Amino acid sequence: MNILLSFLLTTGLISFQQQTVKPRQGSYAVTNVTIETVSNGTIENGTIVVRGDRITAVGTNVDIPADAEVIDGSGLSVYPGLIDSGTRLGLTEIGSVQETTDSNEIGDITPQMQALTAINPNSVLIPVTRVSGVTTVISEPSGGMLPGTATMINLVGYTPEQMHAGDVRLLILEFPRKSSGGRRFGQAESDKDDSDARYKRAMEKLNEVWDRAELYEHIDAAYMADSNVGVRPEYAPEMAAIAPVIRGEMILMVKVNAEKDILAAIDWVASREIVEVVFSGVAEGWRVADKLADAGISCIVGPVFSMPTRQTDRYDRAYSNAGLLNDAGVKVAIRSGDAANVRNLPFNAGFAAAYGLGKEEALRAVTLTPAEIFGVADDYGSIEVGKKANFFISDGDPFEPATQIVGLFIDGFNVPIDSQHIRLYKEFLNRDEGRIQSVEVIPAVN
Amino acid sequence: MTRKSIPISLLAFHIAAMPAVAQETGSVLIQNATVLTITNGTLDHTDVLVENGKITGIGFNLSAPNGVEVIDASGQYLMPGIVDAHSHIALSSINESSSPVTAEVTMEDVVNPYHLGIYRALAGGVTTSHTMHGSANVIGGQNETIKHRWGSKNPDDLRFAGAPRTIKFALGENPTRVHGNRGSGDSQPALRPSSRMGVEAVLRDAFTNAQRYMEDWDAYEVDRRRNRNAVPPKYNGRLEVIADIIRGDIIVHCHSYRADEILMLLDVLEDFGVTKITFQHANEGFKVAPELAAYGAGASVFADWWTYKFEVYYSTAYNAAILVKNGVVTSINSDSGELNRHLFHEAAKTQRYGGLTDDEALSLITINPAMQLGIDERVGSIEVGKDGDLVLFSEHPLSVYTIPLKTFVDGVKYFDRDEDPDDVRLSVSPSADLDTYMEEEIDIHHNDRVRSFKEIFQER
Repeated sequence: MNILLSFLLTTGLISFQQQTVKPRQGSYAVTNVTIETVSNGTIENGTIVVRGDRITAVGTNVDIPADAEVIDGSGLSVYPGLIDSGTRLGLTEIGSVQETTDSNEIGDITPQMQALTAINPNSVLIPVTRVSGVTTVISEPSGGMLPGTATMINLVGYTPEQMHAGDVRLLILEFPRKSSGGRRFGQAESDKDDSDARYKRAMEKLNEVWDRAELYEHIDAAYMADSNVGVRPEYAPEMAAIAPVIRGEMILMVKVNAEKDILAAIDWVASREIVEVVFSGVAEGWRVADKLADAGISCIVGPVFSMPTRQTDRYDRAYSNAGLLNDAGVKVAIRSGDAANVRNLPFNAGFAAAYGLGKEEALRAVTLTPAEIFGVADDYGSIEVGKKANFFISDGDPFEPATQIVGLFIDGFNVPIDSQHIRLYKEFLNRDEGRIQSVEVIPAVN
Repeated sequence: MTRKSIPISLLAFHIAAMPAVAQETGSVLIQNATVLTITNGTLDHTDVLVENGKITGIGFNLSAPNGVEVIDASGQYLMPGIVDAHSHIALSSINESSSPVTAEVTMEDVVNPYHLGIYRALAGGVTTSHTMHGSANVIGGQNETIKHRWGSKNPDDLRFAGAPRTIKFALGENPTRVHGNRGSGDSQPALRPSSRMGVEAVLRDAFTNAQRYMEDWDAYEVDRRRNRNAVPPKYNGRLEVIADIIRGDIIVHCHSYRADEILMLLDVLEDFGVTKITFQHANEGFKVAPELAAYGAGASVFADWWTYKFEVYYSTAYNAAILVKNGVVTSINSDSGELNRHLFHEAAKTQRYGGLTDDEALSLITINPAMQLGIDERVGSIEVGKDGDLVLFSEHPLSVYTIPLKTFVDGVKYFDRDEDPDDVRLSVSPSADLDTYMEEEIDIHHNDRVRSFKEIFQER
C-alpha cells in the first residue's frame, strides 16, 4: 500500500496539494493605499514598509526595499489594527460547555490567576475575529472580586508568549455592587436588608485584602531593599499578585457599572492612592461623567449593543454613553465584552460614533486610545514608523458592514483572510457543484 | 400560580373577553424621501401617503388631504416597518415546559402591552413581532403575531388581525435537556426525548395520534347521520391543534440548529402532508440549503450568533447569504430584546458576510419574514394598499451610522426621536424605584454562562 501510494505521489497521479497558507513574517511593501494613521491624519496614495514585526517606513515618498514583497493596494485603505479593550477571547470556546471555558477559577480572591496561561492559541474563534480587522484584544478572567490578571494578546501566534502584546497585564477588580434600592428580578422584599449587609461585607473584605496587600508589599519591599532588616514575609500568592498595583507598576482594571458603584469606586481608588487605574463597563458613566473627568480616570465602555440600565432611561443610553463621556473630557475606549463576536467591535464603535462620539473619536477609541490606556502607545494603536506592524487593508470604512477586509498584518505577520466561517462559505455556497449524479449502469452485452 | 392570585386572573380574563378592541389607524404624508420599497426598487425624492392606516399613494407631489400631517423627509430614507420573525417581546411567560408536547397553549393569553420592549423595538424601526413560545418542548405552544401599538393597555389591541396561526416546534439540545436530561436533583422524572432519536419519535407519535383523532371525528360525522346515539370521540385540545397543522391551518416555526435534525423534520412533515414550515435559528441551514429550497421551507436566522452552545459551534456568519443564494426564503430575527433594536444592522452584516445586495439584505427583515408569517399581503414592502407601517431613517438603513427617526404603525406615529421622553412607562408600580439598576438584564445578554442557563426559560 505504501509503495503504491508513494508511486502515485511521485508520478503525480495524486497530488497532495499543500493548501495551508500560514501567517508569515518577512519584508513587505503595501503601496498606493490611503493610510488612516490615526496619529497623523490621512496619507493619500501612500506606502507602508514592513520588516519583521515592525513598520519601517510610512509615507508618499518611500523607498521600497529590493527584497520586499509588494502588495498593490490601489483603491484600498489601511487602518491600524483594532484593539478590543475587554473580551474573553482565547479563554472560552463554546459558551455552555464548561470544559471549554477557563476564565473562571474557584474563589473570590484569586488575583494570582493569569489569563495568559489559559489562552488557547488555536481557538477557532481567533481567526474568525481577526479577519474583521481586530488584531489585538484584552482577554479577562472573571468570577470573583479579584478574579485574576488580564492579558493583552495579538491574534496571531502558536504560543501564549508569542501572542502576548506589550507585556500588558491588568489586575481585575470586580467592584462590590451596592444594592440598587429597589428589588431586582425575582428578589423578595425581605432580601433587601440582606443585600445591604452583603455589600457592607464585600467592601470590608476588599479593604481587608487591600490593607494586607499593602502591608505585604511594604514589608517585602523593605526586605528586598535590605535583607538584614527583619524577616521576609511568608509567601502569599494573592498578596504578591496585588503588590505590582500597589507599587504603581501594574494597571488596576475596575469593573463597575452602576452610578452608585462608580462613585464609590472613584472614592475608593483615591483613598487607596491607586494611580494606574482604568474603569471598565461603566454603563452608567454618562450619569457621573463630570466626576469621572475630574478624577482623571479613563473608561472602557461597552458593549455598545446593550439595553438601557434602567426602565426610566432613554432607549439609546448604551449607544450614547461613549459620546457623553468623551464630551465631558473622559478618555474613552470601547470594548465588545464578547468572545464569539469580538468581530463586532468595529460595529460597536460605529454605533457609538453615530450616537455622539463621532467617527474620528470612535476610531481612536478602538486604536490609539486603548494603546495609551494600557501604556503601549509606543508600539500599538497607530500607523507610524517603528511601531508594531498591526494593520489591515480594506475597501472602505471598517465600521460599515458592507466593507470588506482584504489584507491583514499582525505582529508583522501577513495573515491570510481565512477562518472557519469563510471556509464553510466556500464549501457550501454551491454545495453539490462537481457531484456526479448516480449513473444508470447498463450491463454489458456481448 | 398561587391560590391567592386566582381571582385576579379570573378578573383579567373577564376584562380581556370584552369586545373592546380598538386598533387605531392614522394618516400621514411623508414627502421627498428616498423610498426603499423592497419589492419595487428604490425611489428617489418620492412621497408616500398613508390614509386611515393604508398606503394610498406613492409618487411625486402628492398632496395631503385636510388635517393630515405632512413630514418633510428630505435627505432621509423611508423603508417598510421591520418584521421580527422570532421574538419573545411583550410576553408575561414563555415556556409551558410541563410536557414535551404542549400544542394547546397559546401566547395570545400572555401578551403584556405594558412591556417597555415594545417602545424600544419601535425605536429600532420594528413594527411587527412574531412573539413566540419558548423552545423547551418538541411541540410547544402557539405563537402570536403582534403590531407594536405602544400605549394601548388592552392586549388585544396589539394583535395583528388576520395573521395566520403559527406554532413553535423545537429540536435538539433544548427539548432533550429540559425533558430527557434533567439534573439528578430535579423533582420531576426524565421524559422522552433525551436524544435526537427521541425527538423524532415524539413528533411522529403526536402527528399519528392527531391523524387518528381526525379519522375518529370523520367517522363520527358519518356515523351520527345514521345513528342518533352515535358517541363523539373524546375532545382533545392538544390534538385539535396538531390536526390543524395537518390541515394546513397553522404554520410551523421550528427551533433547530443542526442539518441532520432539519432533514429529519422535513421527512416527518412530508409524511404527514405538512408544507408550511420555517426553521428558526437554523445555524446549519446552510448545509442543507438545496433541501430547504426544494421543500419550500423558510429559514429565519441570526446574523452572526454562534458557539454559545455545542450545536452552534459549526456555524458560519455566511449562513444567510448561502441560504438566499440557494433560493431559500430567509429572514434575520432577533430572539432578543436588545438585538431587535438594530435588526437593520444585523441585516447589513450579510453584506460583509456574503455580499448580498441592498434589496436582498433589507428583504431579510421585511418581506421575507412577512412571507414566513403569512402576512406578506399586508406588510413587508411599501406598496399601495398595504398597511402604513413605515420607518424613517437618517441615513441608508444598512449604514452603521444610520439612526431610526420616526416609526409608524397603521399610519400612527408611535416613535419620534425628536419627542423621545426619558420615561416612557405606561404604568408605574408604587413600589418601583427609579434608581433600579437592572444589572441582571445585562448579564443575561452578555454572559454566555448565564445565557445558556436562562435559555431553558427563554430561548435559543
